[in-house]
Amino acid sequence: MRGNLENVASLTGHLDRVWHVSWNPDGKLLTSCGGDKTIRVWGTHSKSNEGQGSDWTCKAVLQDGHSRTVRRISWSPCGSLLASASFDGTTCIWSQKNAEFECITTLEGHENEVKSVCWSPSGSLLATCSRDKSVWIWEVDHEDDDYQCVGVLSVHTQDVKNVCWHPHKEVLASCSYDNTIKIFQEEDDDWCCVCTLTGHEATVWGISFDKTGTRLASCSDDNTVKIWQDCNPDGQDGGSSRKTSWKCICTLSGYHTRTIYDIDWCKHSGLLATCSGDDTIHVFQENSVGSSYKPGFSLMACVTNAHSEDINSIRWNPNGDGFLASCGDDGFVKVWKYSQC
Amino acid sequence: MEDGERLDNVNPTIHKRLPDREITADDDNDDVADKIDAREIFDLIRHINDPEHPYSLEDLNVVSHSQVEVNDEENRVKIMFTPTIPHCSMATLIGLSIRVKLIRSLPPRFKVDVKITPGSHASEEAVNKQLADKERVAAALENNHLLEVVNQCLAVS
Repeated sequence: MRGNLENVASLTGHLDRVWHVSWNPDGKLLTSCGGDKTIRVWGTHSKSNEGQGSDWTCKAVLQDGHSRTVRRISWSPCGSLLASASFDGTTCIWSQKNAEFECITTLEGHENEVKSVCWSPSGSLLATCSRDKSVWIWEVDHEDDDYQCVGVLSVHTQDVKNVCWHPHKEVLASCSYDNTIKIFQEEDDDWCCVCTLTGHEATVWGISFDKTGTRLASCSDDNTVKIWQDCNPDGQDGGSSRKTSWKCICTLSGYHTRTIYDIDWCKHSGLLATCSGDDTIHVFQENSVGSSYKPGFSLMACVTNAHSEDINSIRWNPNGDGFLASCGDDGFVKVWKYSQC
Repeated sequence: MEDGERLDNVNPTIHKRLPDREITADDDNDDVADKIDAREIFDLIRHINDPEHPYSLEDLNVVSHSQVEVNDEENRVKIMFTPTIPHCSMATLIGLSIRVKLIRSLPPRFKVDVKITPGSHASEEAVNKQLADKERVAAALENNHLLEVVNQCLAVS
């Protein structure tokens, strides 16, 4: 291993397990949510954008939006809106003004628990997914704060765990308890599934695109990470985007010993971070040798007992400064600094 | 289950209970490290009530001492349980009750796996998958009706 992960902050405040962490777009605010039905916003006092100071404090607690567990949160690309997905079946949209948050809209429609929410790179679309097996696409009119459902995609056969947008195209990926990943695109004004990625042998919990969007990493209850390659990203084969075809080009196994709950592919460094029910955090880097269609990955860092219980989520700071946030069943939110040895 | 509804297994076989654990001199000795062992875990779950019969899971041989595996150093607990019949519709509820009992009783460092004894249930894989999915277990336990049913199974009778 040639990297080192150092714990720079351990934040307490949540009264139950913490399910998810998310950085705002400029990487200065960290948000977390969990079983105590709240969202917490964390920041440092330092004026510089170092962000690593040990002076992390809770800047706000958002607690009047949801009546059940808040499962995931997502910042709009402009950084002024925060969306939260809850087991209460709704998604709340919070507007931020001077570190004050106000719930401005509640999106209803899913039949039961909403598991994930994600803003598209342009900020004009929002995707949600639910245990009701569907993925919903919402079109956002920012002037009127109006959210219109433009697609209900019911192609998964089980609980949909997560949704994730392509870094710069309007292409959506979702993963599910049915062990598959699906890719969605709009064609002739209709959202449809253009590819199903099969290979995982159990629930797929997390998905993350690389910075080009031509690769996708996934993690699963089968204790493996898979790397998928879009073999026809421009749809040149016959000119139809339906020809998109994703293939598994690498499987990382033998590292985690229990369910891998989340994965994040850093858009700057290309480092892959994973976290697991075995209480560890792993960081992988692609080997420089090897063909792009048969890549190899090396374990750069591994922190055992990074949390004292299951680790549920992990996110690289979008600044590209090597900071990593994690959260777990132990109620902690932790900040880590990655450095190359 | 409400009275008058048809039971899955009308005439379950009742099995002999294990005698109480023998108390040794070391039990009261504070200088001896008291690791959590399989018998201790079994004693936590043996008295759980069956959802449909006025018997404990031990009486019905749904759980047994030999089907509890513990590794205290590695923080692992694995329970196998055997539904009384292969089409038992209560299998998930029984597994959930075992899981909740252990979540409430054991230190949080323990990783608990609750599974159906291989070959003893028609939907073994589906039930195991659901019991292992902590997100679905968390959502289920936020359902007040279900929580009440689980608490009834765990109530001291």
